[in-house]
Amino acid sequence: MQPSRQGGIIGMITERDTEHIGQLADIAIHREELASFTSRFNEILEYFDLLDQVEVVEEVEERAYNILREDEVTPSLSQEEALSNAPGNEDGFFKAPRVM
Amino acid sequence: MPGHTVSFHPDDRYSAFLRTVAEAPCGEGKLGGIRVAVKDNISTAGIETTCASRILQGYIPPFDATVVKRLKREGAAIVGKTNMDEFGMGTTTENSAFGPTQNPVDPSRVPGGSSGGSAAAVAAGIVPLALGTDTGGSIRCPAAFCGIVGLKPTYGRVSRYGLIAYANSLEQIGPMAANVTDASLLFEVIAGHDPRDSTSLDCPYRHIPDPEIRGVKIGVPEEFFGEGVDPRVASVVWDAISLLERKGAEVITCRMPSMAYALAAYYVTCTSEASSNLARFDGVRYGPPADTKRPWHEAFQERRREGFGEEVRRRIMLGTFALSSGYYGKYYAKAQAARNNVRADFERLFREVDVLAGPTMPTVAFRFGEKSDPLSMYLSDILTVPANLAGVPAISVPCGKVERLPVGLQVMGRWMEDERVVDVAYAFEQGGSA
Repeated sequence: MQPSRQGGIIGMITERDTEHIGQLADIAIHREELASFTSRFNEILEYFDLLDQVEVVEEVEERAYNILREDEVTPSLSQEEALSNAPGNEDGFFKAPRVM
Repeated sequence: MPGHTVSFHPDDRYSAFLRTVAEAPCGEGKLGGIRVAVKDNISTAGIETTCASRILQGYIPPFDATVVKRLKREGAAIVGKTNMDEFGMGTTTENSAFGPTQNPVDPSRVPGGSSGGSAAAVAAGIVPLALGTDTGGSIRCPAAFCGIVGLKPTYGRVSRYGLIAYANSLEQIGPMAANVTDASLLFEVIAGHDPRDSTSLDCPYRHIPDPEIRGVKIGVPEEFFGEGVDPRVASVVWDAISLLERKGAEVITCRMPSMAYALAAYYVTCTSEASSNLARFDGVRYGPPADTKRPWHEAFQERRREGFGEEVRRRIMLGTFALSSGYYGKYYAKAQAARNNVRADFERLFREVDVLAGPTMPTVAFRFGEKSDPLSMYLSDILTVPANLAGVPAISVPCGKVERLPVGLQVMGRWMEDERVVDVAYAFEQGGSA
């Protein structure tokens, strides 16, 4: 994403940027929340600027791995169980808002 | 005693629980008939599990998390689900959508977070054991604030299957209890390999705490007593370290330069992971419904605005921003470099010392509302996040008080040496007697 930076101090995000991030994250932000979200973001992002100075001193081996298993079918949820928490379902399918 | 139940009608005056089970099934085993409380981000078949969020209200998991299965296998009675900061995002339990929990030591103060309900349930004597989860201190902080023991295990030692994910690369489920022996027993029951968690290690824990610490080298990084640490807390913790020295441990002061940016690295990493993990909450598969008459994005956005609290929305958006093109290099990539440097610091120090010790939290428990500014709340996690970034074990054990409020001693160990941090905590708990 390329935020506009219009009307903001360099390095600061604007209310328009906040609105755009909300869109990307699929979280609606109401008009009256924009100012406070934006100022909080700027405080936090200013703190994150500490990371600018970081350089890797010595590469260290990663200890956590994803260990993959054989692709074998094992017991899992039944269709009924999988649908048991869905607020709407039809003919064994999840019911979702329209895409188009 | 298959078919038996335990009655549970607690006086929950501190609001530790989101819901309780009046007649909880139990069996025989290492925890036969013992009441255990479970944090509400851990799936319990047939018992509503919400992560203290409105977006999961009414969700009843059709399966048990592996840790819950393991508890049941050893006869434990799962008596209730405990309050927490929504999705684990907080340091006070004030971010619960269903209201805060009080600290049993002083109800005008927070219990810490995010596993505040589990800590309060143990501290109030309602249950002897509880499960918490720790992404950046969420077991150790409330343990310290409520005056109990909490262990964040080595990453991979406890299965995360059935834990509703917030930041996968950082979080672990761990035990909370009134004393080290009980915490150790609960850890024994939940640890072990699980093929359903791809990061699970085959390294069970079978250990009886041993208070003998003669010759153990304890490193004390100067940064753990740096700016922001209450001098009264520092003094109580130094007294605790001196006691370990009198018991035969060798205390060595050292430096951990990566502490300068560990917190920033942690918050960039956890918010980035959260932005991806929490994308699944869309009102289609669980939770209150999205409006299916409206277009997808519109319905989705409105559902999420209503369903998530302010802090959760803030973290999802911060993570989305940190991962977005044009900013990925400045935030996420730098945070991973910083994380590497934290690991490098631990590895270097652990060539010279066996454990690291310092305060768990920079202060005693906050008053309600004291940390209303998000950044100041984040900063209070500075001493707990390094262990999560490196995946090493860390325990908090009560070590004294400042004006009647508990202080926690934190002991961190080498990767996979959970046994040793348990032993050092146990040695302290046994006091001058050994």
